[in-house]
Amino acid sequence: MRKLILLALAVVFGMSQLSAQKIKGSETVLPITQKAAELYLKVNPKAQVSVTGGGSGVGIAALIDGTTDLAQASRKIKFNERQKIQQSGNSVKEVAIAYDALAIIINPGNKVTKLTREQVEGMFTGKIKNWKEVGGEDMKVVPYSRETSSGTYEFFKESVLKNKNHMSGIMSMPANGAIIQSVKQTKGAIAYVGLAYVNKDVKAVHISYDKGKTYVEPSVKNAVNKTYPIVRPLYFYYLKKNESKVKAFVDYILSPAGQEIVKEVGYVNVK
Amino acid sequence: MLKKLSNFTIKSLLTFSGAFAGITVLFISIFLFKEGLGFFKKPAVEEGYSLYVNSKNRVEDFNSKKIKEIFDHEITNWNELGGEDVEILLFRMDNIFDYYSDEELGEEYEFLAEKLAEVIKEKEGIIAFVPHQYSPAEYSGVKELSVPNITPSDFFAGRDWLPTATPSPLFGTLPMLLGTLLVSFFAILFALPLGLGVAIYLSELAPEAIRKFLKPIIELLAGIPSIVYGFFGLVVLAPLVQKTFNLPVGETALTGSLILAIMALPTIISIAEDALRNTPRAMKEASLALGATHWQTIYRVIIPYSKSGISAAVVLGIGRAIGETMAVLMVTGNAALMPTSLFDPVRTIPATIAAELGEAPSGGAHYQALFLLGAILFIITLFISIAAEMISKKKNYKDM
Repeated sequence: MRKLILLALAVVFGMSQLSAQKIKGSETVLPITQKAAELYLKVNPKAQVSVTGGGSGVGIAALIDGTTDLAQASRKIKFNERQKIQQSGNSVKEVAIAYDALAIIINPGNKVTKLTREQVEGMFTGKIKNWKEVGGEDMKVVPYSRETSSGTYEFFKESVLKNKNHMSGIMSMPANGAIIQSVKQTKGAIAYVGLAYVNKDVKAVHISYDKGKTYVEPSVKNAVNKTYPIVRPLYFYYLKKNESKVKAFVDYILSPAGQEIVKEVGYVNVK
Repeated sequence: MLKKLSNFTIKSLLTFSGAFAGITVLFISIFLFKEGLGFFKKPAVEEGYSLYVNSKNRVEDFNSKKIKEIFDHEITNWNELGGEDVEILLFRMDNIFDYYSDEELGEEYEFLAEKLAEVIKEKEGIIAFVPHQYSPAEYSGVKELSVPNITPSDFFAGRDWLPTATPSPLFGTLPMLLGTLLVSFFAILFALPLGLGVAIYLSELAPEAIRKFLKPIIELLAGIPSIVYGFFGLVVLAPLVQKTFNLPVGETALTGSLILAIMALPTIISIAEDALRNTPRAMKEASLALGATHWQTIYRVIIPYSKSGISAAVVLGIGRAIGETMAVLMVTGNAALMPTSLFDPVRTIPATIAAELGEAPSGGAHYQALFLLGAILFIITLFISIAAEMISKKKNYKDM
């Protein structure tokens, strides 16, 4: 990361600033763009790319202020953000560069292996309070959510909770790593993380979106063949007037080589 | 001549740096309040959107909480709000495609408002959440709901913090304010006896060699980044608390207090120790000469003499605990619940700002609410600093 910034800085100072590309935004998308920028610079040694995180909101705000060329986001641009861009006489373009599947994870010591969407909704809205209501042991359900402003939180709310709010006063953790750690050490825990973060410390449950008829295992394979239901797109946003400037990099990510990176990092490719 | 010139240069440099620091502080606080105070001018419904109902709907009295309950399917019939016995039908922008095809709405969505009006007119129980841009309010049969702005009492006394709920976010900060105070209070309760004990040991009892070794080590504790404390708390302390008290979760107010206590220790120890060592030798010797034992001298002479220094240590320790961000963010569970016991997860103000500011759309109500939280924190720490200043200035020997 640091190497990348230094490199980008050196290049910026060394040459004309015309084709420098600044990419900013979602931490979820960050691993893809970082890797892609590294390889892109190898292929196009003359190009200049700098990548920073900060969050989807920060990225889009920077796009509005004109301090970044590409905003990476794990949620769709909000209506008033789009409006701000339109007010300044620009229009924004959206490109989906990858998909991310969300896995519902529980403690490995928990005997439950599959849940329906309705059951997960009940646990996160506070209607289901004990694991025995869904066929598990007699212990308290402890749901962990992501922070309210993360793109992951918003996507989970939209897809799994059908736009209902998480119960008031839910435990929320600042990062995917902290979620994994908490689920690992809390027996009654249930949480959601991007598929790329699932490891052997936690157990990903099979999910059914058809009221229990078929349960699907969260895996890249099932996300690609569209049987796994909790999948969200990850986006790039840029201003239409900057299209020529950023097109090469966007095209690179959408190219077979770029989509290979997407797979490598643990996300699902769009093409 | 040269000496005069260099004196003048140094003097003006020092004045400049003083002025610079002052202006920076002033600028930051003005910025904080400026960003925050716009919050109370925000509508309770997400900016750029409005709620529309059928004009036959008689329900008038809306607030954020009721809107949230409607959209969470907790209120499902208008008669619960004093209206007709009609089931509530939720309508969001995307639902329009269930009624009309893309072509019917026009290429640039020019017929959208008209079609929305048709749907709203037809369904008596509808409540539609639609951007202003496509407002169907001018058509007959449609009524725009007037929702009051966010009030200070919603903010300061509200108990629900759901800043990204649509259509109507809830910004109740009471649980977080209480959470911050609870965690800090217990942190000081744990840190104070231990810190004072160590300070007394170091200043009075420890041999010079041990003191020289121990003091830098304790001060080193202050140099550890707080995220490291946080991770230590999450991985080591949280499971420990969970097992010891047999709790369903380990991320509790208690865990937060313990971590903050550890973090406040170096401040308390080094300031208290300095204060204790400042007791004049003559005073100590006078006490001993009168036949007092070493312990009697410590608690009747040395501690009263250094009372102001010890109080300053306490106050600065509190300041450290209240403003701490990353460590609490990791270990307290961040649940915006009204805290009822030490074993509940809590959410603190600094943790909330750290976790949410990065993703909040800039200039929006959520963004401003976070700045307002910052302003609250600023006022709390301001009071603490003033208290510390007053206490450390006061030197009295009355109680001796």
